Amino acid sequence: MSPRNPLPVVPDAPIDLAPDLREHDVDPERRAFLRTAAAGAALASLAGCGGLTMEEFFRRHFKELTPGQVKRVLARVEASNKERFGRDTKVTAEGPMEGVEFGYGLDLSRCIGCRRCVYACVKENNQSREYPQIQWIRVLEMDKEGGVDVSHAEQYYEPATVPRPGKFYFPVQCQQCRNPPCVKACPTQATWKEKDGIVVVDYDWCIGCRCCMAACPYGARHFNLAEPTLPAAELNPRQHYLGNRPRPKGVVEKCTFCIQRSRNGRYPACVEACPVGARKFGNLLDPQSEIRQVMETKRVFVFKEELATHPQFYYFYAT
Amino acid sequence: MTGILQFLKGCGRQIKTGNRAYFAWLAALSVAIVIGVIAYVHQAQVGLIATNIRDQVSWAFYIGNFTFLVGVAAAAVLLVIPAYVYHWGPLKEVVLLGELLAISALAMCLLFIMVDMGRPDRLLHMFPLIGTPNWPRSLLAWDALVLNLYLILNVVVVVYILFQSYAGKETNKKILLPLVLISIPVSISTHTVTAFLYNGMAARPYWNASILAPRFLASAFCSGPAVMIILFQILRKTTRIPIKDEAIWKLAELMAYAMFINLFLLGAELFKEFYSQTQELRYTQYFWFGLGKHRALVPYAWSSLLASVAAFFIFLVPKLRQNWVTLNLGCLLIWSGVYIEKGLGLVIPGMTPDTLGEIYEYRPTLVEWSIALGIFGVGFLVFTILVKISVPILAGTFKTSGATPASH
Ligand code: SF4
Ligand code: SF4
Repeated sequence: MSPRNPLPVVPDAPIDLAPDLREHDVDPERRAFLRTAAAGAALASLAGCGGLTMEEFFRRHFKELTPGQVKRVLARVEASNKERFGRDTKVTAEGPMEGVEFGYGLDLSRCIGCRRCVYACVKENNQSREYPQIQWIRVLEMDKEGGVDVSHAEQYYEPATVPRPGKFYFPVQCQQCRNPPCVKACPTQATWKEKDGIVVVDYDWCIGCRCCMAACPYGARHFNLAEPTLPAAELNPRQHYLGNRPRPKGVVEKCTFCIQRSRNGRYPACVEACPVGARKFGNLLDPQSEIRQVMETKRVFVFKEELATHPQFYYFYAT
Repeated sequence: MTGILQFLKGCGRQIKTGNRAYFAWLAALSVAIVIGVIAYVHQAQVGLIATNIRDQVSWAFYIGNFTFLVGVAAAAVLLVIPAYVYHWGPLKEVVLLGELLAISALAMCLLFIMVDMGRPDRLLHMFPLIGTPNWPRSLLAWDALVLNLYLILNVVVVVYILFQSYAGKETNKKILLPLVLISIPVSISTHTVTAFLYNGMAARPYWNASILAPRFLASAFCSGPAVMIILFQILRKTTRIPIKDEAIWKLAELMAYAMFINLFLLGAELFKEFYSQTQELRYTQYFWFGLGKHRALVPYAWSSLLASVAAFFIFLVPKLRQNWVTLNLGCLLIWSGVYIEKGLGLVIPGMTPDTLGEIYEYRPTLVEWSIALGIFGVGFLVFTILVKISVPILAGTFKTSGATPASH
């Protein structure tokens, strides 16, 4: 049997930060970037009614559910969380906000390849820790000489310190394509693009056929090959139905721009975790937003533009 | 009702009688199926982690087998065309056997899809009314549609022919012919849609070549008839169905042409990749020469090519294709050549290296081999039983006992 080639658990590489960047992180709540935010109707309720396996089986597509049915579905997820992890959780299903379309910017001249974003994401989004190890963000190490070219990319770099001389780092996660090939490929409509641009998966509708994984040009989709391994103590109890709620075995998952945070006016976990401020996020429809400022003052590009997926995720070089 | 009961009892009798070789064959198939079931139970418990499928290579052996078998199913029915054009005599028999093979191959196709799914319990989400099939955008949704349509058509034709013969009546050309004529385009479309399933993925340059669908059809015309040639020989020996030598030789000759087209298209692809040497060469290179120390598929690639070329010459030279030893050898070679080409050779290099450039070397695990073995066991068992029941009906030795048909 061939080796399974699991992804290594890489410890935070010791990094040398410029002192002025060390305290880069500002309180996210203070940086309210969602000026146009309207309070999404919180659908969550703790109305308890368990034992709904038949209802689960004959359920309709998520988008066809009435608010009352959504409530019951959320209560069922909370009940099953309690059963699986013995902990109380709060599962919501806030919809997209009027006038908001999320955009992401990644400053390649700043990224040092420390993978802090990767671990913050794993923690925030309740990803399976080991066997299978699932990480929504993949940081590629590339040769400065070669430019952006995956044929000389290395994901498993483990040097004593980063960045390594002669290398630059290129993090990839779901690009929230405007023309998402994954959505087109899905035979059951278990994955779709929301009004605010986030491409979501309903883990209760996905049949695990992995067409979407074959279709995604960015390796952004990950499959739960086994029952996810997630220690109860590490469970993030603030969950979104279409986001970081714990997944069952046999379904696909992906980055959602931390839907449980962004729809509440907060930054995605990776944006907060980045020690060098390489990650920018905001509302594309708001001319004052951080992401629009980046687009205005820097030149941005998208990854694999020749495939016309039209990502809502932009790369740029600030310096 | 009594008519049906009587028919079922008769079927049971047919299945229960046979020589030693027949029972040894059934026993071997049962062993294969048991192995497959055990392996699948294990996979269902632990998940697809029992396979070597990973995020990098997310479709693998199961889907490759599925693709190969769609080809077998499609080509089996297309045999009707040469059978008709060249007057192979027992046209009805050729049609029927082709359809039986198609039914068995389709059963295996559906099983391979089922074992590949992460959540087979939610299969219904793909069906109209109960679920939300993503028509017309998703090609897997289309594939499910045409495969099921094809299956239904085949079953209808088979049941019609058999029922008429069983009742001692002639088949009505006015009913049979349109059905057979419809099943030809449907059979081509099953294979084309399956090719499009890969073809449509811009993220995977190895598949995103317009030559893919024509190559699928060409190779299907090789693998499907190979089974029929062997089957015809067995049936001639064991039953009274008259199949002429010329029919078998003609079939072999047609396979040579199909193989020529297949090899030509392959050459055209290889030329494009190796001459232009773009980034996309990496996938082709991985299959044929390996990338660095990653060479898992290289032996498969060359043995597939070797088998295909050898079979091409065997079927091309009249002396060789008219010699039963070399003819059957050719069938085996062509079958294995296409099996590798459409199985591992199509799916794995499409995903190696993956979209972020990582090379994960996939090889099937024991569990995957066992499940595949079990599914082939089921397919061959279905085929054996269907043939066992149908042949005596066609030969007129198994028919309704009453003077008039028991039901209508
Ligand atoms: S990056 Fe991949 S998963 Fe994300 S929207 Fe695009 S195709 Fe879909
Ligand atoms: S794996 Fe799930 S989300 Fe992906 S295509 Fe299949 S059903 Fe859709």
